[in-house]
Amino acid sequence: MAEDTALQVQDAEKREVAEAGAERTRDRLAFVPRADVYETEEAIVVVADMPGVDAESVDITLEDNVLTINGYVEPEPPEGYNLVYAEYRVGDYLRAFRLSDQIDRDGIEATVKDGVLRLYLPKVAEAKTRKITVKTG
Amino acid sequence: MLMRPYLDWMSPWREMERLRREMNRLFSDWPWRTTRWATAPSYPAMNVWMDENGVILTAELPGVKLEDIDISIEEDTLTLRGERRPDEQEGVTYHRRERRFGSFLRTFRLPFRVDAEQVEATFKNGVLNIVLPRAEEDKPKKITVKAG
Repeated sequence: MAEDTALQVQDAEKREVAEAGAERTRDRLAFVPRADVYETEEAIVVVADMPGVDAESVDITLEDNVLTINGYVEPEPPEGYNLVYAEYRVGDYLRAFRLSDQIDRDGIEATVKDGVLRLYLPKVAEAKTRKITVKTG
Repeated sequence: MLMRPYLDWMSPWREMERLRREMNRLFSDWPWRTTRWATAPSYPAMNVWMDENGVILTAELPGVKLEDIDISIEEDTLTLRGERRPDEQEGVTYHRRERRFGSFLRTFRLPFRVDAEQVEATFKNGVLNIVLPRAEEDKPKKITVKAG
């Protein structure tokens, strides 16, 4: 029988970006989005939680082997209301991954839905697993 | 007696009581100049915006489907319940697994009664916004003082 696991508040806690080296030009708070990274036969897939972000407000750049994901969130405080109680903060998202040479850069695809970014990074043909036949003798 | 389990440190009402005290404190602190920051007692973390005519609750629920969110109102209590489902991948190797999945349930005791018919909830980009206008009967009545 499957256990019904309940989400804990720590499961979604947002971690702030620790700035090392070059600082961001925007003075906005930035968080490291939680990401799942998994590998299939064909590709590496990155799935990142970035609530408040849509397709237009995400910026993905690839330079050298570093893939940088930037998600911009414009805080929309409701007119005439005061924020009286807060358990989370709103800010941008920033995360960078180092990719191996085995990614086909031209085939990279990204979709954003319900605040979740899905990055599809196809592997270069030679990187896909080849069955190695073991010869006797 | 009914009060004992209500105030017992292990009772499930403890969170509601704490929130109710917080909300009462906030509400009596007009005009609200500072934001009270707190750690969420359970998932999801929520923010509360207020003016004298209503409350707006917001929560970040990325990747949750609209049909998996359930909001119900009873007098002055709001219950948010739902589930974050994983998109299970078969036969893949995970390099990193940071996103968590599961069910959630949160109750909020509002500082005033709400007209359930007037409540509006929107879900955009993984952010849930619930607008709760104060019930007419619960609004303070102005009393005119006659000279005499």
